[in-house]
Amino acid sequence: MDGARLHQMANQIARNFAIQGEAAAIAATAQHIRDFWDPRMKVAILAGDCSALDPIARAAIDRLRSGNAVLLA
Amino acid sequence: MGYEPQVDFGTPEVRSDRRVSLTIDGRAVTVPAGTSIMRAAAESGGKIPSLCATDSVAAFGSCRMCLIEIDGRRGTPASCTTPAEEGMVVHTQTPRLEKLRRGVMELYISDHPLDCLTCSANNDCELQDTAAQVGLRDVRYGYEGANHLSLPADSSNPYFDFDASKCIACSRCVRACDEVQGTLALAMEGRGFASQISAGQANDDFLSSECVSCGACVQACPTATLQEKAVTQIGKPERAVVTTCAYCGVGCTFRAEMRGEQLVRMVPWKDGKANHGHSCVKGRFAWGYAQHEDRITSPMIRDSVDEPWREVSWDEALAYTAGRLNEIKARHGARALGGITSSRCTNEETFLVQKLVRAGFGSNNVDTCARVCHSPTGYGLKTTFGTSAGTQDFDSVDDADVILVIGANPTDAHPVFASRMKRRIRQGARLIVIDPRRIDLVRSPHIEAAYHLPLQPGTNVAVLTAMAHVIVTEGLADEAFVRERCDWDEYQDWARFVSDLGHSPEVLQAVTCVPAQTLREAARLYATGGNGGRASAQGRKSNGAIYYGLGVTEHSQGSSTVMAIANLAMATGNIGRRGVGVNPLRGQNNVQGACDMGSFPHELSGYRHISDDNARALFEKDWGVSLDSEPGLRIPNMLDAALDGSFRALYVQGEDILQSDPNTHHVAAGLKAMELVIVHDLFLNETASFAHVFLPGSTFLEKNGTFTNAERRIQMVRKVMEPANGMEDWQVTQALANAMGLGWSYTHPREIMDEVARLTPSFAGVSFARLDAEGSLQWPVNEANPSGSPIMHVDGFVRGRGKFVVTDYVPTDEKTGPRFPLLLTTGRILSQYNVGAQTRRTENVVWHEEDLLEMHPADAENRGLKQGDWARLASRTGETTLRVLVTDKVAPGVVYTTFHHPATQANVVTTEFSDWATNCPEYKVTAVQVMPSNGPTDWQESYASWSEKSRRIAVAAAE
Repeated sequence: MDGARLHQMANQIARNFAIQGEAAAIAATAQHIRDFWDPRMKVAILAGDCSALDPIARAAIDRLRSGNAVLLA
Repeated sequence: MGYEPQVDFGTPEVRSDRRVSLTIDGRAVTVPAGTSIMRAAAESGGKIPSLCATDSVAAFGSCRMCLIEIDGRRGTPASCTTPAEEGMVVHTQTPRLEKLRRGVMELYISDHPLDCLTCSANNDCELQDTAAQVGLRDVRYGYEGANHLSLPADSSNPYFDFDASKCIACSRCVRACDEVQGTLALAMEGRGFASQISAGQANDDFLSSECVSCGACVQACPTATLQEKAVTQIGKPERAVVTTCAYCGVGCTFRAEMRGEQLVRMVPWKDGKANHGHSCVKGRFAWGYAQHEDRITSPMIRDSVDEPWREVSWDEALAYTAGRLNEIKARHGARALGGITSSRCTNEETFLVQKLVRAGFGSNNVDTCARVCHSPTGYGLKTTFGTSAGTQDFDSVDDADVILVIGANPTDAHPVFASRMKRRIRQGARLIVIDPRRIDLVRSPHIEAAYHLPLQPGTNVAVLTAMAHVIVTEGLADEAFVRERCDWDEYQDWARFVSDLGHSPEVLQAVTCVPAQTLREAARLYATGGNGGRASAQGRKSNGAIYYGLGVTEHSQGSSTVMAIANLAMATGNIGRRGVGVNPLRGQNNVQGACDMGSFPHELSGYRHISDDNARALFEKDWGVSLDSEPGLRIPNMLDAALDGSFRALYVQGEDILQSDPNTHHVAAGLKAMELVIVHDLFLNETASFAHVFLPGSTFLEKNGTFTNAERRIQMVRKVMEPANGMEDWQVTQALANAMGLGWSYTHPREIMDEVARLTPSFAGVSFARLDAEGSLQWPVNEANPSGSPIMHVDGFVRGRGKFVVTDYVPTDEKTGPRFPLLLTTGRILSQYNVGAQTRRTENVVWHEEDLLEMHPADAENRGLKQGDWARLASRTGETTLRVLVTDKVAPGVVYTTFHHPATQANVVTTEFSDWATNCPEYKVTAVQVMPSNGPTDWQESYASWSEKSRRIAVAAAE
């Protein structure tokens, strides 16, 4: 999957949740990706370099990484 | 059902709590107070002769045929204009009345052609019937005097003729145009003997007038004066079958009036609860595509899209397709396969396609065109209210005091509902329109919006937040409602957010371009009904109803806008009763049903997430398979995945994603990258240019099943002719499933609906037997709501407490700049439907033969463009050319076009930006430049030649 496109999508989700405050936005962004993204999209973003993502999106991906070992297997 | 016209009660039904009893010709009758004597007689099985009365319009009292005598009263009043009163004793047939009626009829007939046997309305003519009823035997005046018999006919409309020589000047057509349709295109010109029906201005004919060809006048005409051309050509129908229109989400029901297997005319069904006997030009007239020569009726295959198509037998096509699907699955896994269900097919067909993908292909890669229209509605309303359902039935608008229309153009896209809305506005409801364009509702005959907020495209959330700011800071919120029904803490968070000075209309005006004062007044009107929140004269709080369309959803903040709308409705207490609510106007006939049937990659039918173990287990047990618990790919994701090689095969039923989806080049590249594209459709559509298998489809006239309209109303679609391709679409999908070895054995769509009901709590009480008996059902239909649910959230929200969601305005990434200074927004027009596959193959092209670019005079002049000039429309994504229509309907800086024609390919220009939550494309905002041009772009020319090449069908070898 096109990494740039996935990053754009993750950032866009995070920006729309940002108003809820950092902690809630990170949780909501992670949950949104969990609920609506196909596994190959999740794998692609989790496996890629996320350092350029917006902070909330990056933290959400980190959270998914720690909770979703299965997906990366 | 044989062919008999539906009963005409003469005058409209009256709603009243008080009932009156009277005697008509010795029959005791009880009716609601205010009912006419004519209607009371008809309801009790009588038929008072009449010509100018019909129950779709108010009584007029002009024809003097329906006279009656009432004991104790003098004279012979008209029964249509005389209300029934308690204790009246009415006589409808006396020697005096007989003589009067015969005399009047004699005058009518003295100026009417006596060509009954060769007349197109022979034996289906109220003048003929009434002459028979009154026993007219002779015309003493002769036929030589001054008359209207040589008046010319007007055949300009492609679907009906107007023959003035047969007109009896009853005004039914004029009144139908005024009261039912609300266009006011017709008038009675002249007086007395010179009275004539006139369309538009003096120089107009029907086609050039503002007539919208809804056909209400044709339906109302008691003679052959206004007559369908098809009736003239074919003759009187022999039987009628009630079915549901396959165009927009209003879901009008029609009597398909037939001779043999030939459709003669579609007449709106008076008992249809969505349309109450009205229709638009598409539903009533634009069904000729079903027999169009472009229709493909044999299956076809090819190994490569560069080859011509080969016609093959169904067996060969299905074996080839199943073999390739199984082979790709074996090589690349189940997740390389997917399907797109159709919002134009029936619930049963849609359910089977998603079942084929989930249970047969073994993936959740199933999506539907709701992805590109109302997916944000699903997300937004589910989050705030607990269900994606629109909250009202259409009838609810009759109780609305304030109607707020945002991002919808009902007179073009949902015309029959627009007529209802306009009637309510003529009765006094106030209207607020939030739209970048000055749509017809803003100002048209007898309709004027109290406020039009012509916002900058892409600023919906900012406008709604500013309205919320006004409502909260001016103390107009209904806090009692919020405390009782919603989460109070969440409300307070939201109220704090919107109250921030940064969200005031004055500050946001810089972004929205909406004058702050206008926005403040509009917000006050919505919140209070214009009376400061006091109870109305009827002793109730005012009702504010919001209606919205794709101008809300097709944005990068589509889901946020839906939630902002829900917030406004909750904050003002406008939820849970008639006359209020949040009403998404769904685009296609069965887009609601396609969503309900589990067409989204993350949801099973009834909106249950695929990760829900209990829901999945229910399906796994019923279907005998195990299901993937991970959500699948959405349409845009499928195209992305195709380009990286992980998505290889796609089954598309009744959708044309190449024309309808954004960024045509990207869609084409994605389709091209796939190994197997199966198109199941009526025509070789644009997507089929990239297909390897073509499975011919059936029209709505050729199948049984159900559609669900925008008010969640499930209605029957009934087969009136055999499928030209030999199979109904559900049978095609079943045959493909069985070729893959799935062993399905449905014998009728009713069995599919039984399965839906068994597996879907909100459909638990739905069955074909009940639909046949009751006409329609609005889901949820279950133990808690055995008769269905016209209004949602009556005693509380589905999710428990209503949830206020803070919606922050996040501007789209699509920005105007020096290279692309204008904003393009897209939409549709009345006579065409979606990608035009159906309507372009009907006479509707006389109203719209090409897509035009609407542009403000100032922008056009700056670029040296005049009306009708070719212009190049370019965005960062692509460019196309089309002709310019100069109009001040659009604001300076905004241009608008439709996407009905493949030659234009408006979606070459639209971008891949999409809604943050659902990936619904941002069709409504594209930064563009417009320049003069000499004609079609290279892309258009190469596409045209490619498209022609890819449609070649090999000529079968001579035997």
